[in-house]
Amino acid sequence: MAWVWFHRFGSPPYFYRVAGRLTPWFAWPALVLCLAGLVWGLGFTPPEWHQGDGFRILYIHVPAAWLSVQVYVVMALAAAVGLIWRMKVAHAVAASCATLGASFTVITLGTGMLWGKPMWGTFWAWDPRLTSELLLLFLYLGYIGLRSGFDDTARADRASAVLAIVGVVDVPIVNYSVVWWNSLHQGPSIIRAGGPAIAVPMLIPLLLMIVGFYCYFAAVLLVRVRGEILRRERNAQWIAEELAAPGAGVGSGGGSGAIAGTFQGASVPNSPAGHARI
Amino acid sequence: MMQFLLMGGYAVYVWPSVALALAVLALNILWARRSLASAQREARRRFAHGRREPV
Amino acid sequence: MNARQEQVNAPAVERQPANDGLARAVVGLARRDLRVALRRSGDTLQPLGFFLIVTTLFPLALQPEVSLLRDIAPAALWVGALLASLLALDLLFREDAQDGTLEQLALCGQPLASLVLAKTAVHWLLTGLPLVVVAPLAAMALGVPAAALPAVLAALVLGSVTLSLIGAVGAGLTMGMRRNGSLLAMLVLPLVVPVLIFGARATAFAIGGEAVAAPLYLLGAMAVLAVTLAPFAVAAAVRIGLE
Repeated sequence: MAWVWFHRFGSPPYFYRVAGRLTPWFAWPALVLCLAGLVWGLGFTPPEWHQGDGFRILYIHVPAAWLSVQVYVVMALAAAVGLIWRMKVAHAVAASCATLGASFTVITLGTGMLWGKPMWGTFWAWDPRLTSELLLLFLYLGYIGLRSGFDDTARADRASAVLAIVGVVDVPIVNYSVVWWNSLHQGPSIIRAGGPAIAVPMLIPLLLMIVGFYCYFAAVLLVRVRGEILRRERNAQWIAEELAAPGAGVGSGGGSGAIAGTFQGASVPNSPAGHARI
Repeated sequence: MMQFLLMGGYAVYVWPSVALALAVLALNILWARRSLASAQREARRRFAHGRREPV
Repeated sequence: MNARQEQVNAPAVERQPANDGLARAVVGLARRDLRVALRRSGDTLQPLGFFLIVTTLFPLALQPEVSLLRDIAPAALWVGALLASLLALDLLFREDAQDGTLEQLALCGQPLASLVLAKTAVHWLLTGLPLVVVAPLAAMALGVPAAALPAVLAALVLGSVTLSLIGAVGAGLTMGMRRNGSLLAMLVLPLVVPVLIFGARATAFAIGGEAVAAPLYLLGAMAVLAVTLAPFAVAAAVRIGLE
C-alpha cells in the first residue's frame, strides 16, 4: 500500500497538483504557530534566573538548529531516493532543500553569536554546537556550489546526490569529532541554558516554534519543489494542461491567495477567474 | 511593555536575532515564490497560444 | 602497453572466473598507473614540495621560538598535509578522464568500485606515503621531539589514507568541471575535519608525552570506514562525471 503512495508522489504531475493544494495547509499553521511561540516565548515566560531575558534567543536558535540538521537529512534521503529509483521529484526535493537548510544554518549561527556575546563576552568561542553548525553551512554551500557547476540538471542531481549521501554519513562523525575536540578544553556550551531540566512553561513555546518551523519548511519546500518540477519536466504534455486550468497560479489551492497577500504584501493579486500574474 | 521591549537590558541581542530570523525566513518565502512564478511563466511561454507542442 | 591491453582484453576475451579477471584487472591497472606516474615524477613530487613549503610558512609567520613552534606543530603539519593532499587529488582522475582511459575502465565489465580503489591506492602510494616519509623533516623543523615521531607518523599514515579516499570522491564529482580547485576544497575539507581533529590531537598528545591510543584508534576506524565505503561513492561519482 505504501508503495502505491510512493510512486504516486513520484509522478511529477501528481506531486505538482497535490503540493499546490497542500501548501496552505502548512503555511497557515506555520504562521500561527511561529507567531504564538514567539510572542509567548518572548513575552510571557518567566526570565531565566541566570541569564535574565537574554535566554529568549533560545526560542529562535534551537528550532533553527534542529531544522538545519533535519533539512540536511531530508535532503540526503531525497537524494538517495532519486538516485536509487531515478525519481525526478525526489531530486527536485533535494535541490529545494539546499537553500532552506543553509538559511536555517545562518539563522542558527547568527542567533548563536548574538546569544554568545552577553553570555561568554565574545561573539565566537568555538562552542561545539556553533562549530558543527559552521561546518554544516560549509557542507550546504559545497552542495550548492557543486550543483551550480553542472549545466545539465540530471548530472547535477546525481552528482549532488552522491555528495549528500557521503555528507550524511560523515556528519555524525564530524559532530562527534567536534564535541570530542571541544571536551578537551571544557569550553562553553549554549544548550546548557535549557538542558534536560528545562521547565515546562519554557518548553511549550519552544515546541510551538519547532513545529512551526517544520510547517514553514514544508510549505516553502512544496512551493520550491513545484518550480523545480516545472523546470525539469520542461516539455511534458501535462504542463500545458495544468497551466491552462483556472486557479493554477502561484496561489493555487483553497484560500492560499490570501496567504499570498499576507506573506508578500499586495504584490500577488489572484483574480478569481484566472491564474495569478506576476 | 517597556520591559518587553528592553528585554531586561538584552534588547540589543534579542531583537536583532528576531529580525535576522524574520528576514531570512521572509527571504526564503520570496525566493521560493519567485522561483515558482518564473518557472510557470517560462512554461506558459513555451506552451503559448494553445500549442500542443512546446516551443 | 602490455598492462593496458591485458586489462582491457582480460574480461572480454577470456572465460575465467570473475575473481581471477578482477584480480588481473586490478594488478594490471595498478602497474599501469605506477608506470605512468613514475614517468611524470615531477607531477607527483609537487604536492610534497607544497607540503614542505606550507609547513615552513608557519614558523616564518611566527617567531622561530622552539616552544611556540612545538605548540603549533600539530596544526602546521596537519593543515599542510590536508592542503597538499587536496592539490595531489588533481592527479587522480584528470589525465585519465581526458584521454579516455577512465571510460574504458567504467565499461570494461569489472566492478568499478574495485578499480577505483586500486587507482586510489596507487595514488596514495605516490602522494600520501611520500608525505609521511618527508614529514619527519617538517616535524623536526617545527620542534617535534624525536620520541614523538612514531606516533606522529602513524597518525599521518592513517589520516592520509582517509584523506585520499574522501578526496577521491570529491575528485570524481568535480572531474568534468573546468579547473576549479576551490570547489574541490569546499567539498572535501568539511568532510575530513575529523581527520584533522584526531590527527592533530594525536600529534599534540605525542609531543606532550601523553597516551595517543584514543585518537589513533579513531583515525584507524575512519580509515577502515573509508576503505570499505568510499570506493562505491567514488565509482558512482566517476560514472556521473563521465556522462
